[in-house]
Amino acid sequence: MSTFVAPDIAWGPLVPVLVVLLAAVAGVLVEAFVPERLRRTVQLTLSLAALAGALVAVAVLWGDVRRTGGTDVLAGSLVVDGPALVLQGTVALLALLSVLLVADRVTGDEDAFAPTAAAVPGSDYEELARRRGLRQTEVFPLVLFATGGMMIFPATADLLTLFIALEVLSLPLYLLSGLARRRRLLSQEASMKYFLLGAFTSAIMLFGIALLYGYSGSIRFSEIAAATATPGGTDDLLLVGAVLLLVGLLFKVGAVPFHQWTPDVYQGAPTPVTGFMAACTKVAAFGALLRVVYGMLPGMRWDLEVVLWTVAILTMVVGTVAALVQTDVKRLLAYSSIAHAGFVLTGVVALDDSGITAVLFYLLAYGATTLGAFGLVALVRERGTRDGTDEPAVLGEATRLSQWAGLGRTHPALAVTFTLFLLSFAGIPLTAGFTGKFAVFSAAVAGGAWPLALVGVLASVAAGFFYVRIIVLLFFTEPAGSPAGADGTAVGEPAGGERVDGADGADGGDAPVASGVGGATAAGAAPLAAATADATAGPGTATADATAGPGTATATATATGTTVERGTTTVVPGEGLTVVAVAVCALLTVVLGVAPQPVLDAIGSVAVLLP
Amino acid sequence: MTLTHYLVLAAILFAIGATTVLLRRNAIIVFMGVELMLNSTNLLLVTFARMHGDLTGQVLAFFVMVVAAAEVVVGLGIIVSIFRTRRSASVDDVNLLKS
Repeated sequence: MSTFVAPDIAWGPLVPVLVVLLAAVAGVLVEAFVPERLRRTVQLTLSLAALAGALVAVAVLWGDVRRTGGTDVLAGSLVVDGPALVLQGTVALLALLSVLLVADRVTGDEDAFAPTAAAVPGSDYEELARRRGLRQTEVFPLVLFATGGMMIFPATADLLTLFIALEVLSLPLYLLSGLARRRRLLSQEASMKYFLLGAFTSAIMLFGIALLYGYSGSIRFSEIAAATATPGGTDDLLLVGAVLLLVGLLFKVGAVPFHQWTPDVYQGAPTPVTGFMAACTKVAAFGALLRVVYGMLPGMRWDLEVVLWTVAILTMVVGTVAALVQTDVKRLLAYSSIAHAGFVLTGVVALDDSGITAVLFYLLAYGATTLGAFGLVALVRERGTRDGTDEPAVLGEATRLSQWAGLGRTHPALAVTFTLFLLSFAGIPLTAGFTGKFAVFSAAVAGGAWPLALVGVLASVAAGFFYVRIIVLLFFTEPAGSPAGADGTAVGEPAGGERVDGADGADGGDAPVASGVGGATAAGAAPLAAATADATAGPGTATADATAGPGTATATATATGTTVERGTTTVVPGEGLTVVAVAVCALLTVVLGVAPQPVLDAIGSVAVLLP
Repeated sequence: MTLTHYLVLAAILFAIGATTVLLRRNAIIVFMGVELMLNSTNLLLVTFARMHGDLTGQVLAFFVMVVAAAEVVVGLGIIVSIFRTRRSASVDDVNLLKS
């Protein structure tokens, strides 16, 4: 019997991860012990403090890592090196902004989450819970747990940690996607699809892990890399194992052909959660992919290059082409995120040292942009009445593209900000997206993958088309429907299905617009005009611009013709948290676009992966 | 009976699990397929641990069990909530999200 030797743990480099995970555990305790009316405040403060603390910890560790190149902790399960720190910092920053989105009560007293997720959609119990103002503050610990997993994911140095981190980040996300307040059927469906496909791919990935372990006798990346250097009799295990492992990672980043879940889940999940997933999950998963491809499989370069090249090209092409025909904003952003996954993949596949810096920068730029875009989507709402009553109210998000027509005239601040994000997605110079794309494509060329860069540039040009189409829609298209027609239908139509039932909500969502555009001439009846005035009177108090803040709401304009012309789509200011988050994202997008060099230099100075 | 037999058995079980996921229509059964895949992987891990003569594979298997248990909690929660809404757990019925 050998004696037990306690492991020697260097706690210092673990602090960023530990802070977030401990705060998540504390959040669970808060749910149990803090009285209900204080819970939201406490949870919000705790989450923000933890994520800010993680950011500070990353900054403190930075100097050390820059000098020494990083250390491995927990007996080599985790490495804290430059790229890991950059990614942890990025995840913590984006998660911090996501928490602001999650916490914001955009419509009146209601946030984006179901009052009680356990209630059957449309039941009396749900209505009661809504009226009582219950809310699901569990979302904060869930977000923190997911963030913790995402911070471990890019710092893993062995396969076991990789798998555990994947599950820690995925399981909360499965739940979070199912918690939407409105269109709950869609939300639950998104949750189930995400869960079943996610569990399936993580099982496949685990099988790959087992095969790699069988091949090399170790789960450490560096030892597997060493084993690949000497060909043996079991190379099939290695190849199959590596491919299965990559399937799991490529699923998480949403690369074609493992992308089918992305549009559905992005559309169905509550918008703040979608933003969180789109930004942070992608950062974390690409970090892990980077480490696996660069750290574990360089010896298999020739075998895997075909696979990775095919995936990268398919991802760019399919993402772009599918985005061209979308009519839903969230779905469109989902396909755009698939295309962007392809662009990042070109940097990963390049297998060039400049690729690491490029990928890290791209992830930061893309994360900030996409989070801001989803933040704005959460503010654009439909107007109508509560079910069964004539009480006017601001309903769910107006995600149909046609509902966004003319927002540039009625809400210029929102439209300009959204345009900025779209230009960044398209990769127009002086935005973060341009710098990111330039960096990954030049890394691809340097690594000898110029065909990938070529496809990437072509896909960017094609993608530019649909981004410009939205900009045209925002600024140069008449708002959907003229006053009477559009509002008249909205009052009658969406209220019944919208809030309660996702099935009707999905269809009801486009009904007012379709009839608004088509029936604009038909419905000029006097009673409808009266109904219009009614419908706008109430929510009119909430129709301030995104930047205006709650204080300067346009209460005076309610009864006048100008509000009536805004049709069924409105923009709500929320409590200001979303506005702050979006403003920070916009600032990042501009700064990273105008003056990227300091950031590129900072990332470049630490961008060496520790084996 | 060599250790290779166990590997083949694990591969067969994994294939059965994957087929179940892809072909069956009831979410619960689909989920059972996933569980079968995870457990076949456990068998694989334990066999490899025996072949290599170290404990890492067995430790991995323990972690996999814990993760599988956590996944059951989350997964059944989601499936039950969908069932209560729709009175059906068929994966064919969840088709509202389309482009």
